[in-house]
Amino acid sequence: MFKLWKQGLASAIAITTLAMPLTATAELTDGKLKIGVLSDMSGVYKALEGPGAVIAAEMAVEDFGGSVLDQPVEIISADHQNKPDIGASTAREWIDAEEVDMITALDNSSVALSVQGLANDKKIITMNTGAGTTALTEEQCTPYGIHYVYDTHALPVGTATAMVKNGGESWFFITADYAFGHSLRDNTGAVVESLGGEVVGNVNAPLSTNDFSSYLLQAQSSGADVIGLANAGQDTVNAIKQANQFRIVQSGQKLAGMLVFITDVHSMGLDIAQGLQFTTAFVWNQNDEARAWSERFFERHGAMPTMVHAGVYSAVTNYLKAVEETGTDDSDTVRAKLGEMTLNDMFVKNGSIMANGSMLHDMYLVEVKKPEESESEWDLLRVVSKIPAEQAYIPLSESKCSLVN
Amino acid sequence: MQVIMAQALLGLNVGVFYAMLSLGLAVIFGLLNIINFAHGAMYMLGAFIALIGYSLLEQWFGISLQIGFWASLLVAPVIVGILGVLIERLMLKRLYELDHIYGLLLTFGITLILQGLFANYFNVSGTPYPGQPEALSGVVNLGFMYFPTYRLFAIVFSLVVCFATWWAIEHTKLGSRLRAGVENPDLTQAFGLNVPLMVTLTFAFGAGLAGLAGVLAAPIYSVSPLMGADLIIVVFAVVVIGGMGSIMGAILSGLALGLVEGLTKVFYPPAASTVIFFLMVLVLLFRPAGLFGKEK
Repeated sequence: MFKLWKQGLASAIAITTLAMPLTATAELTDGKLKIGVLSDMSGVYKALEGPGAVIAAEMAVEDFGGSVLDQPVEIISADHQNKPDIGASTAREWIDAEEVDMITALDNSSVALSVQGLANDKKIITMNTGAGTTALTEEQCTPYGIHYVYDTHALPVGTATAMVKNGGESWFFITADYAFGHSLRDNTGAVVESLGGEVVGNVNAPLSTNDFSSYLLQAQSSGADVIGLANAGQDTVNAIKQANQFRIVQSGQKLAGMLVFITDVHSMGLDIAQGLQFTTAFVWNQNDEARAWSERFFERHGAMPTMVHAGVYSAVTNYLKAVEETGTDDSDTVRAKLGEMTLNDMFVKNGSIMANGSMLHDMYLVEVKKPEESESEWDLLRVVSKIPAEQAYIPLSESKCSLVN
Repeated sequence: MQVIMAQALLGLNVGVFYAMLSLGLAVIFGLLNIINFAHGAMYMLGAFIALIGYSLLEQWFGISLQIGFWASLLVAPVIVGILGVLIERLMLKRLYELDHIYGLLLTFGITLILQGLFANYFNVSGTPYPGQPEALSGVVNLGFMYFPTYRLFAIVFSLVVCFATWWAIEHTKLGSRLRAGVENPDLTQAFGLNVPLMVTLTFAFGAGLAGLAGVLAAPIYSVSPLMGADLIIVVFAVVVIGGMGSIMGAILSGLALGLVEGLTKVFYPPAASTVIFFLMVLVLLFRPAGLFGKEK
């Protein structure tokens, strides 16, 4: 009698344990949805993405209700330390052991390429919000890789076009002496020349140059209308500060930063940065919706969002929408759905994700305000013009992505 | 012509930092026979003391005391000098009997530790120094260019410090005792002079000079844990070219090589970062003791 009892109990347990995952797999493959935020949490890009990206992702999940298809959504995060091998091994662990469904942030082109390649092998969607290189959607595009906020094609197109049209026809470049800087300079130079302008000179400065004064004086003596800064982060900040020390802008030349974030402008201050023009995907006070979101972000992070922070929020939100609408977290299905959707939120208007993974959306040419025009600590940028999506991004007809042609 | 004059002035601006750092190295090597690889870290430390004193004391410790730029010019060398005393008394002292290479390895280790500590807390990207004095924030119109007042101040101030040091060592009683102590410690001690104390103070002074250069550099360059590492290799080349241990050689070759580097940036920019090493090779081939050094 007792033996029978035990058998019955055992089979009852077996049935329930078997049944449990069955009910869950009806919707999500592993009963939960996990999103990984992999970013530079301690180095040069910490301020523009880093911990702020985790906050943005968490806000997206909370605003979505904390769950999708009746299952909780979880955010995990890690520091890739700007090292491709660390990025890839973290991503591998996330995918294999943590069963992560989507990876976002990835603000470093070499990390981004290695993680996107790995995620492709494992059929996991990456929504890259921070890296610049167009290789993500061109030569090294994958069916699961989405490039969300900006690329090295979109940035110079906007800035260079606008500046040439406003009379800045001759350009001198100060270029960060590595792959990113060279490609940014070449892309920008091509735009300048296609509009009838000319590139009168270039000087390559080593990455992390402290003293740009010598390069700036060469740019000044070239007599070019515009000094193009084909660099990023601290290099751009240093170059702009020193241009100010040597009164280069005051003597009539214009500075064009090819990749500038609002956090850079904030750290330089308006006295120094005023008049600088650059391209961005997002300005926190561009409209009421963006302003409301940004102020909520500010309360948690203590700084206004960069375009990357806003992009993470938008990417996570739209990913969750796609999961909800398709009723599954299967990467192929979700990716197909994302490709069909028209993206509309506080970050993007009428955006769409193309077959090569590039997210097509309008960009903005902005100018840094004069100190007397600014109304608050973070009121730093004025939108000069909108750059239409078709102009900003490489058209599919010219794409080198193997998925397209 | 204007371009050349402007670049020459910028070269001089770089040169005074080379001169000040190689001067400290030369003093320490000339008098102590120690190749101080921690010199770059001491330069970095000077800049960080200025930064911390200006903006972080209150945030960290709740002390409402701000050490401004002028005070930093005094405070930072003193603190770095005290650190120098500790390093000399506690560690280097035990190595005097051994080969040069042991001192070099020890100071290199100290450099890595200091850099690691600061990089861990401050990141490697560099922090701007906000405390540049208002009075020096303007620009001077030199006719051929606008030159920031602060950079002009840094040039003049460094030159004064360099030549004062040279004069003190070559032309004062203190200096002659110091040189005597180096030449023949036993005999000098027999005359009643405290040679170990002189050695300690000399090391502290050399370290203090590096700290002072760090404070001067902070408003021009960002304050970063690697700022010393970037410079120290060049400075060693400067010392070799000038002649190991030669005070005047260190000052003059520092200034001259800054100029050479500045002018190279005009004529052939890609060579700017290597021209000094090219010259070093030439000097070593034809005058192994350096331009101002004495063959032993």
